[in-house]
Amino acid sequence: MGELRLMKGNEALAEAIIRAGADGYFGYPITPQSEVIEYLTAAKPHERTGMVVLQAESEVASINMLYGGGATGKKVVTSSSSPGISLMQEGLSYIAGAEIPIVIANVVRGGPGLGDIQPAQSDYFQSTKGGGHGDYRLIVLAPSSVQEMSDFVPEAFDLAFKYRMPVMILSDGAIGQMMEKVELFEPIPRLTDEEVKAKYPWATNGKPKGGERRIITSLDLDPYKLEEHNHHLQEKYRIIEQNEIRFEEIMCDDADYILVAYGSSARISQKAIQLLREKGIKVGLLRLITLWPFPYAKIQDMVSKGKKGFLAVEMSAGQMVEDVRLAVEGKVKVAHYGRIGGVIHSPEEVAEALEQKIIGE
Amino acid sequence: MTEEIIIAGFGGQGVLSMGKILAYSGIMQDQEVSWMPSYGPEMRGGTANVTVILSDERISSPILRAYDTAIILNQQSMDKFEQTVKPGGTLLYDPNGISHHPTRKDINIYRVEAAKKASEMGSGKIFNMIVLGAYLDIKPLVKMENVVKGLKKSLPERHHKLIPLNEDAIHTGMKNVEIVQTL
Repeated sequence: MGELRLMKGNEALAEAIIRAGADGYFGYPITPQSEVIEYLTAAKPHERTGMVVLQAESEVASINMLYGGGATGKKVVTSSSSPGISLMQEGLSYIAGAEIPIVIANVVRGGPGLGDIQPAQSDYFQSTKGGGHGDYRLIVLAPSSVQEMSDFVPEAFDLAFKYRMPVMILSDGAIGQMMEKVELFEPIPRLTDEEVKAKYPWATNGKPKGGERRIITSLDLDPYKLEEHNHHLQEKYRIIEQNEIRFEEIMCDDADYILVAYGSSARISQKAIQLLREKGIKVGLLRLITLWPFPYAKIQDMVSKGKKGFLAVEMSAGQMVEDVRLAVEGKVKVAHYGRIGGVIHSPEEVAEALEQKIIGE
Repeated sequence: MTEEIIIAGFGGQGVLSMGKILAYSGIMQDQEVSWMPSYGPEMRGGTANVTVILSDERISSPILRAYDTAIILNQQSMDKFEQTVKPGGTLLYDPNGISHHPTRKDINIYRVEAAKKASEMGSGKIFNMIVLGAYLDIKPLVKMENVVKGLKKSLPERHHKLIPLNEDAIHTGMKNVEIVQTL
């Protein structure tokens, strides 16, 4: 068993970045995730693994440092919160287009604009539908515990390098700020320059003797070539949709109704299930782990097995519910419930919403 | 066993660190724990509160609206959290600075003069440990040896010399619980 610690979600993320064998973290502080860079600075990872931690001059600089670092085959990562992530969208689009593996964590706060510093889940559209321009996707992992804030870091790096694309860890202020027991994984050594060269033949770390020049770019002025590149990206995304959907079913087998939720809303929904089951209402939870790719087929399967209704629970005005509706295709009732602007819903409110919006009408 | 606790008072009273020590103590006896603070601008000089959950099972929601126990350390928190104690639950408070005492008839109510005892012991900093002691006397959910282990884990090494003082404070709290009403 690994080392047990009581940590904030943000601290667990930071420790996991070091343990995952990252080569560099580039970021700019913003509440509610400033503990990430604070922890990374105090933990002196350059002494532990040689990893670089740099406070960039802005979020725009951070994401472009990732573009450069990732292009050389190094494991690079940044974290921010909603307004900071918005600033990074241009860079993310370039990175997706140039097929560079990077990891980016968003500890979401209330929006739009500067919003507030309280937890929210209103960046679902931005994360899953492409916050920047062009036809691209991010793999989006949604931790719902401090343990997963740690575990999803090496997972995100593996996916990023497997598919050469940006992977986002989409968390929220509640998961970032709360403390829970974490079992830390054994450190993964950083790759040496030789190992990077051997493993990633695409990396722009110098022209090999007698080999081809390596070019990484998102620019191609020939539309036919760019179309071909886009087809290649789309084929990759179809493979990911086949292979990388992750979710957890909690008490779904005998359930008549399903709550669909991720992150802190998934935790709150679990308590709501207890409250509803005490009243004899059979409810289960489909906890989304990947937000993209989204488990459309799983939900379709639940509909065909006779589930009577779905309540999407998200601290937003109703974003993820659109994907639930796409999956359900109008066959049974679908509704959304969520407090917004940084207000966290209680388990009681979620339970009432299921009774009123799905069962009652 | 699952115990859902809210600890609420002023920023600076040690509300968050008391919750952290309690959570660490739970880990020391293989329990699942969660610690969810109120965070944000309201903490600067204003009220601070933390939800701590100790459980033998996987913890569902770290965010709650009803609690098994409320530990209340100022009037604002009394106004806000007295009504959130589950019927049959427990409210522990320090009467120092409280003008409107709790009035619920369906809960157990205890008091501890923690601020007074802390000043008698010559250190305001151990106030929260006196409150923790009182709580542990009412609900001995974590063993004293695990609280000491929890203290060691939560305090930086340079403060470990203060652990005996903190233990004294916990024992003082245990000895000074007053029953207001029990069901």
